[in-house]
Amino acid sequence: MILISIFLSFLLSNIFGYGGGPASIPLMYEEIVNRYNWLSNAEFSNMLALGNALPGPIATKIAAYVGFGIGGWWGFIVALAATVIPSAAALIFLANIMSKHRDSKIVKGMALLVQPVIAALMIILTFEMLQDSYISLGWIQTAAIAVISFALLQKFKVHPAIVIILAFAYGGIVVPHLN
Amino acid sequence: MVYKEIIIAMCRSGILGFGGGPSVIPLIRYEAVTKFKWLDNDEFGEILAIANTLPGPIATKMAAYLGYRQKGILGAIVSVLAHILPTCLAMVVLISFINVVSHSAVITSMVSAVIPVIAVMLGLMAYEFAEKAIKGLGIYVGVALTLICLFLLQYISIHPAIVVLIFLTYGAFHFNLKDRIFHKKERGM
Repeated sequence: MILISIFLSFLLSNIFGYGGGPASIPLMYEEIVNRYNWLSNAEFSNMLALGNALPGPIATKIAAYVGFGIGGWWGFIVALAATVIPSAAALIFLANIMSKHRDSKIVKGMALLVQPVIAALMIILTFEMLQDSYISLGWIQTAAIAVISFALLQKFKVHPAIVIILAFAYGGIVVPHLN
Repeated sequence: MVYKEIIIAMCRSGILGFGGGPSVIPLIRYEAVTKFKWLDNDEFGEILAIANTLPGPIATKMAAYLGYRQKGILGAIVSVLAHILPTCLAMVVLISFINVVSHSAVITSMVSAVIPVIAVMLGLMAYEFAEKAIKGLGIYVGVALTLICLFLLQYISIHPAIVVLIFLTYGAFHFNLKDRIFHKKERGM
């Protein structure tokens, strides 16, 4: 019974969460805190803080945490399946249709016209990230890290993983002593 | 070994992608396009666009599709698990330490130092998509459409999925319209 509630709550909050994982957080909050009382408000914010401290998609981290907490390992599996499978299956289905007709004028036009939208979405995300960084690190450090990582990525073609690990190390070793 | 590639690519992007699903996209793209060359940049952009019209977490959708493309359903499962399991398990293990971890100044600083790097990667991707828009549509139309999208998304706050759908719908007629206008001009001359 509990597994069905877990399945339904994560299925609904992700199906109606348009705009990627972060968009479904308020919907998950509604299900987890208000509807089922699986977590209190404070517990939910603590979990979100932990989720934000860890890498990877946020929706799946919340699903894993709540699913395991409520239903053990089966809860973990059910919550993750409800979060991931419906949208993944839909994308595979649509992308297959698209790639079968790649040479048609219709698909070519769609592929072209979508470029400015993706560019705009990426520009907005870039600014949001810079704003977050400004709030937590201030302009000087944000700019310094951005310029150095730009040079490493673009000019020296360093693997992004290495750049991220360097920034991570800098954040752990240097930043706490600056404030 | 394709499975080994899938696991390496998805584990690496899952473990290093700080700042939620959308910020993982440049990392996934690096692995799929630059490193393992599963598909070209244009195609990656198209898939990303379709993914944006669908609900649900974006990173797992991309992981599933890329895995599926390489090795079918099993590839999709392996890909998604490699991408999310390490951090999902970390979530469960860290439950008992939740107060220590989420309030540690060192961990918070580490995560915040990564955010500018993610911003740079997203910015570079934005630049490339804008460049492609300009190449395909000409400088005036390309820049104008990008600005219109920014306006719709940011100032009127129209939902991204709706904006993508509007542009996809027009796109379906774009080349036919262009041909018709071009022919009219030729006849007129």
